[in-house]
Amino acid sequence: MSAPAVPHKADPVSDIAAQALWIRRRSFQMVYEAQQGHPGGDFSATDVLATLYFGVMRFDPKNPTDPTRDRFVMSKGHCTGAFYSVLARAGYFSEADLSTYMKPLSKLNGHPNRNYLPGVETNTGPLGHGLPVATGIAIAGQMDGADFRTFVLTGDGELQEGSNWESALTAAHRKLENLTLIVDRNRLQQGARTEETASLDPLDDKWRAFGWHVEVIDGHDHAQLLEVLSASPKGRGKPLCVIANTFKGKGISFMHDNVAWHHGVPTKEQYEQAMRELV
Amino acid sequence: MSAAAPSRAGLFDCRDSFAATIEALAEADSRIVTVVSDSVGSSKLGGFKKKFPERMVNVGIAEQTLVAVGAGLANGGKVPFVSAASCFITGRALEQVKADIAYSNVNVKLIGQSSGVAYGELGPTHHSIEDLAWLRLFNNLKLIVPADPWQTAEAIKAAAAYDGPVFVRVSRMVVPALDRPEGATFEIGKAETLLEGSDATIIANGTMVHRAVAAAKTLAAEGISVRVVNMATVNPLDEAVIAAATETGAIVTVEEHSVRGGLGGAVAEVVISTSPVPMRILGFPGFVPTGSADWLFDNFGLNETGIADAVRQTIARKK
Repeated sequence: MSAPAVPHKADPVSDIAAQALWIRRRSFQMVYEAQQGHPGGDFSATDVLATLYFGVMRFDPKNPTDPTRDRFVMSKGHCTGAFYSVLARAGYFSEADLSTYMKPLSKLNGHPNRNYLPGVETNTGPLGHGLPVATGIAIAGQMDGADFRTFVLTGDGELQEGSNWESALTAAHRKLENLTLIVDRNRLQQGARTEETASLDPLDDKWRAFGWHVEVIDGHDHAQLLEVLSASPKGRGKPLCVIANTFKGKGISFMHDNVAWHHGVPTKEQYEQAMRELV
Repeated sequence: MSAAAPSRAGLFDCRDSFAATIEALAEADSRIVTVVSDSVGSSKLGGFKKKFPERMVNVGIAEQTLVAVGAGLANGGKVPFVSAASCFITGRALEQVKADIAYSNVNVKLIGQSSGVAYGELGPTHHSIEDLAWLRLFNNLKLIVPADPWQTAEAIKAAAAYDGPVFVRVSRMVVPALDRPEGATFEIGKAETLLEGSDATIIANGTMVHRAVAAAKTLAAEGISVRVVNMATVNPLDEAVIAAATETGAIVTVEEHSVRGGLGGAVAEVVISTSPVPMRILGFPGFVPTGSADWLFDNFGLNETGIADAVRQTIARKK
């Protein structure tokens, strides 16, 4: 029941699209087999991840601690279905390892551990940790005049954690143009819509007020993602916040924008239907 | 790289020793940086800031970011010394210490300044008598509580040389330099026996060590032979604890910390599992009233008299 191989395409946008399809199929297979996971958020984040790893970031999976690598911090650490799938697809470890997801002694924890898996920069899981750590990485790069970039993906509900706003101040104060935050703005958190829980809007204005450059885009549009994320940060003089408008469960009809799929797991029939839709 | 000059006759503020050592280390190793949360002065890092302004990161009053930025800097190849008041760098940022530093197992040095009841008059919000109990749960985080200026300098050097997470707890309460044999060395995880003895052992660290030595000398005059062990490293704990239990048969621990879960707790965990002997844990019972540090030490028996009394009572419980 493995995902089909995807041929590499010359056109970057269609290549990213093909990789994203593979990640959705493979991550949903992981969740189905483990009967655990966070597939709704996996699917809202998939297109951002595919664009970063197959169109934007500079890295060598055979040398995962290369000091010149671009860094990616997965702050929404619960979405390991998508994150592990993209890391395996990018060559950090074997795709066969994905079948151990959440099994006893697996290196593929429910939340990522850098000491188990190459390609993981910091251990996440509790929310609001990624941006502060990514800020420190970007400061190190700035101190050294290094040209690596640091990307961090947060959920949107996660922005209710105050630690993010501490770091927002520091990143802007230090003019960390080498730092890019991507907010997976799927508008749903575990229990309800963000705007019914602790409102975030106007989210773009908040980041601008904190001194960041803000881009609001369709987080499922690979061309838009590629354009905004691959633009050179040099001379911007500000950290970049990309608000990626997304949908939880994007790609599968019965999961689309449905809060029940935050950590819902599929039945056999649902899994089979999803595989029929993900083509 | 010797310890700094005494702040008053024969007594030293170990923060001076920390500051002198970190400046000397930074001269020799460009990877060393400091991270503070508006805590330059209280960490005595004014000199470092002047010498290496580009190598100090001040995140403002934001302890979660303080600790996390340390983790990020380590990812970028730096050796960060993250320094702030012990009560805040631990309690306010505990989950960052857990997830970003300890569980991620990164090369970050956390410096808890003005620990214990150094801020006695400011009250329990500013006391840091819970820090060791909180941090001792993170099994791979080395915990060092140096007792005097020399040991503070050595602990900072050892922390810099060790590749992994370390917490060093620094006081601002002045202490004398301890008497040591020529050529004494410091190693993380190794206790230091300052006085030999056979009737009981006092295991102390930090500001309590010189008081323990004084108590042991008082007891020696009464014919009671007391070993004094300076247990500067609380994690990992030296097996000197087992020798103390089997060879002297009674243990009193003394620390500028709560009696719950600190050095005494660590020692008790080992003693109960190896060779149970009468024990007494001296420290603070919990939230304590406002008062100067010295008043608090005297009021809670954390002085020469109180320690000596505890030793006599514990020896009396030996079968």
